Amino acid sequence: MPNHQNNGNMRIGYYVCHCGHNIANQVDVEALAAYISKLPGVAVSRSYKYMCSDPGQELIQQDIKDHGLNRIVVASCSPLLHEQTFRKAVEKGGLNPYFFQMVNIRENVSWVHEDRKEATQKAMDLSRAAVHRVFFHKELEKKYVKINPDALVVGGGIAGIHAALTLANSGKKVYLVEKEPTIGGHMAQFDKTFPTLDCAACILTPKMSAVKSHPNITLWTYSEVTNVSGYVGNYIVQVKRKPRYIDEKLCVGCLACIDECVYKEGKYADEFNMGLSKRKPIYMSFPQATPKVVVIDPETCIQFKSGKCKQTCIESCDRGAIDLSQKETNEEVNVGTIILSTGYRTFDAHRVPFYGYGKYPNVYTSLEVERLINASGPTGGELILRDGSHPKTVGIIHCVGSRDRNTNRWCSRTCCMYSLKLAHLLKEHSGAEVYNFYIDIRAAGKAYEEFYDKVLEENVHFIRGRVAEVIDWAANPAEEGKLIIRAEDTMIGTVRRIPVDMVVLAVGMEPREDAQAVRKMFNISCSTEGFFLERHPKLAPVDTFTDGVFIAGACQGPKDIPDSVAQAGAAAAQAMMLVDTGEVELEPNTAFITEEHCSGCKSCIPLCPFHAILFNDTSKKAYINEALCKGCGTCVAACPSGSIQQNMFDDAEILAEINGLLAIDNSEFYEKEAIHVG
Amino acid sequence: MSDNKKETKNWEPTIVAFFCNWCTYTAADLAGVSRLRHAANVRIIRVMCSGRVDPQFILNAYAKGADGVLIGGCHFGDCHYMEGNYKTARRFHLLKRMLQDMGIEEERCRLEWISASEGERVRTVINDMVEKVKALGPLRLPERFNEWDKEMEFIGEHNIGEEVHIHA
Amino acid sequence: MPEKPKVAFYWCASCGGCEESVVDLAEDILMVAEAVDIVFWPVAMDFKKSDVVAMPDRSIVATFINGAIRTSEQEEMARLIRKKSQFIIAYGSCAHMGGIPSLANQFSREQILNYVYHEAPTVQNSERTRPMLELGRNGTRVTLPEFRNTVRKLDQVIDVDYYLPGCAPTPKLLKEAVLALLSGNLPPIGTVLAPDVALCDECPRKETKPEDIAYTEFKRPHQVVTDESTCFLAQGMICMGPATRGGCEAVCTKGNMPCTGCFGPTSRCIDQGAKILSSICSAVSATNEIDMEKVLTTIPDPVGTFYRYGLAGSLLRKKIGSEK
Repeated sequence: MPNHQNNGNMRIGYYVCHCGHNIANQVDVEALAAYISKLPGVAVSRSYKYMCSDPGQELIQQDIKDHGLNRIVVASCSPLLHEQTFRKAVEKGGLNPYFFQMVNIRENVSWVHEDRKEATQKAMDLSRAAVHRVFFHKELEKKYVKINPDALVVGGGIAGIHAALTLANSGKKVYLVEKEPTIGGHMAQFDKTFPTLDCAACILTPKMSAVKSHPNITLWTYSEVTNVSGYVGNYIVQVKRKPRYIDEKLCVGCLACIDECVYKEGKYADEFNMGLSKRKPIYMSFPQATPKVVVIDPETCIQFKSGKCKQTCIESCDRGAIDLSQKETNEEVNVGTIILSTGYRTFDAHRVPFYGYGKYPNVYTSLEVERLINASGPTGGELILRDGSHPKTVGIIHCVGSRDRNTNRWCSRTCCMYSLKLAHLLKEHSGAEVYNFYIDIRAAGKAYEEFYDKVLEENVHFIRGRVAEVIDWAANPAEEGKLIIRAEDTMIGTVRRIPVDMVVLAVGMEPREDAQAVRKMFNISCSTEGFFLERHPKLAPVDTFTDGVFIAGACQGPKDIPDSVAQAGAAAAQAMMLVDTGEVELEPNTAFITEEHCSGCKSCIPLCPFHAILFNDTSKKAYINEALCKGCGTCVAACPSGSIQQNMFDDAEILAEINGLLAIDNSEFYEKEAIHVG
Repeated sequence: MSDNKKETKNWEPTIVAFFCNWCTYTAADLAGVSRLRHAANVRIIRVMCSGRVDPQFILNAYAKGADGVLIGGCHFGDCHYMEGNYKTARRFHLLKRMLQDMGIEEERCRLEWISASEGERVRTVINDMVEKVKALGPLRLPERFNEWDKEMEFIGEHNIGEEVHIHA
Repeated sequence: MPEKPKVAFYWCASCGGCEESVVDLAEDILMVAEAVDIVFWPVAMDFKKSDVVAMPDRSIVATFINGAIRTSEQEEMARLIRKKSQFIIAYGSCAHMGGIPSLANQFSREQILNYVYHEAPTVQNSERTRPMLELGRNGTRVTLPEFRNTVRKLDQVIDVDYYLPGCAPTPKLLKEAVLALLSGNLPPIGTVLAPDVALCDECPRKETKPEDIAYTEFKRPHQVVTDESTCFLAQGMICMGPATRGGCEAVCTKGNMPCTGCFGPTSRCIDQGAKILSSICSAVSATNEIDMEKVLTTIPDPVGTFYRYGLAGSLLRKKIGSEK
């Protein structure tokens, strides 16, 4: 760097941009430039039509050469828009890019103030503040961090599977961590998928097998991430692997052990079938479970409960895969990028008791019905209700736990379509009359509206109106023994009672119960309803505000399979972009502690959510791991002895800005900072 | 403070604002893009997080002539740095009480959570604060400091070493 | 024998403790007395103002002034001494930052006089007498200095060259300052003659402060039995140590009392109270407004707690509305 940058002699170049008429119409740019030219340290003060244009940038570069400028201030639009542009221009002109300050006189001034005099005065104040501030700017180095090419995918539903395969197929090493004993997620529980009606298992299970057999994918099921530390490109992740009491390497999934279990019949609610069937303590979630390995549930296994089981399962396994002494293990992996695809949970229908879920056996949730009509489900696909009957009439209630101020306000996006699908499948399976109670039909997707048309033509009944309640109180003989759905039919403007044999509640999608814990662990945010927050709803939908952490699928918000897969691909592409670039540039706005100033009071240490502040047990002082520091400055504001400073936002800079705004002379600080006004 | 109002009929308050980069500053940009016109009394300083706002900055702003200070950060749970805004809120609670103990009205110091999408809220908060501070009149600490020090003028340099007569 | 350098001591609005601290030099005071010529020291030696007026300007090498400036007489004397001295050292918290007397900047002169001469429960003053500034009787005229409305630290009245902090400064720091003056080996003008690192650095309780402190309640020393070796902040008591210069050798914490901040902020801070407030509040455990309020109400008097020795020198200086 040329010497003239930091010999303390200030030569500031000030440029005010007309932005066509955007600024010049409201701000007297000539008066502004003239005013700033008189401030101490200002060597050049100009106005120009478009500062961000090539000639505008060249003007700065030429002035740096001609006038020996060592600080640049540009008053134009928001720094969020063009700070990088001007920093590059300043750097090209031979100055350190951080000897630059931007003044926002468009978004903050000309676009929001009508009175030209007031706007000009405000632009003067803001510009003066920036001129005062740059006096204290320091030469900084750009910061780069290397990106570890390995990736972590959390959650093995369809989004996680697709993201993992995309990364693995492009040669990246992927760790896929799934909480359940098998990957597949909700999609594995579905019967058929809208609007094409291809069976979920048929399209999902090949991808599941591909994950299992992929040389680049390390699959850890029945496992959970317990801790994440590090930063973009260099995350350290702890994974807890729960004992399944089966050696995954030895088990071939022959299921002999399940047959030989001392329980002759299943006795415990089968989670995969939504409790509609029973499983044994040793079980496999479903035939295509991946990995194809059984699992023993210690909560229900006699050996674990009493220690007095004959352990017939162990005898039955000729491979000796069963190991009841297995313990929980912990793995630590280093990855550069993380994709969160932790999915959703369905709305708990008990929260709307007037729909009778849990009270009337023939009220089902949609997810239960998916299992009920599935060929590999509890009834082999035959529509048999909990009371053993076959329904002649079915009512499907839309928007249960969606679009409702009392529960969840958002639209879950998928319920209309899966309700249409279930209407079609229920009719197909049982020939029953099917009623749909809906608010609006939202069929915005490729071939979705056409599917709706098709279902309409199948003589499925549609009643527009919100259902008030589901009751079993018959008002006439025809209603005896039936469930009666009371709803307003807004098409004909009357309240109707529809007696049905079966009620299906189209439950909405919610953030998972552990979403807050997960977001904390991965340092990301949630939007108000609790889904993970994307960096920008339109332009960065899979990025988060934490660099290197991406989100895909329904953890970001309700979405169907095609959208989840598309988002998973996008997240994988974003991760690959980082990996293939190899390094990432960071804002050098990190905080630092000057050791001889620090008293070691530890006040700052608990304040850093990123654990970037550490205590040196030898010197008894705190220090900041620059790589972990995100540059928020909270510790700087809280250091009781002023011993923490922050690059780009140090006390002197901000105080100078405040004083500059209020037209207070800063010269008292100049001596301290060895600054001379040239 | 009616005497202040009288002497400054056309007085306009100056309010120094500290907006966090990720939420409130972005919201102010949105207000700009949406052309949401509002009072021109607020001067925004951009910081990365409201947690960077050192109470020293706030006191310094008053001491150097600000009539009000506005801090804008992300809503709880939305902080880009996880918890910076909690720290801001905790400091603000005590600082506000301390300011009142020092005779600075609570309307002169305001903390608002404004998310990146709430451009409209930037306008309403600014307009509302300007109105309230206007009603209070100027704080003008630098002038006050000078006025307070006038009592010392009674003993100027020339008086040193001579008998001084002081009247009540 | 060359003339010994002349040194003076003066006191303004102070408790006298600073004067005591000079005597606390013990046998070292002999060394000082040997090396310098004390030309003015009202507390110990009989001088009149006229003696000082008679001295040539800048004839005193250094004057140590303790106490805040509250009266017109103190202002006058400070100015006079400034004229006669090459170096002025603000000695002790009151001269340095306003000290305890400047807590009175929360009140107006009228409020204070009214309380002291009329309202205080111990006062019997049915005639509502107040001190007069001037009284002439039998041809003689007696005057009293004016009680100013604002308490000031010394450098708000005259230029100060160095500061010796503390309530009171320790003999060690005084001795070092005198030695520096005698040797001519002086730091830049404006320096506070104490370490520029906060107290925790030298506090014997430092080791016991946990790294994960989160305050749920604040207690005052009289409300609890204080543990004799654990960090006061870890015990939930406000300790100003983290925001206060060291150099006192942690006399208070060694005496089982938390630091109250008499050495003032480090050179890197412009407002000690704001800084400790920021630090302590940041680590309050609460995550909602109601709980925050609940925890922080256990600090009943933030001004008195955080600006005990420095209200005059703080950014706000004085309560608005207490001018009249």
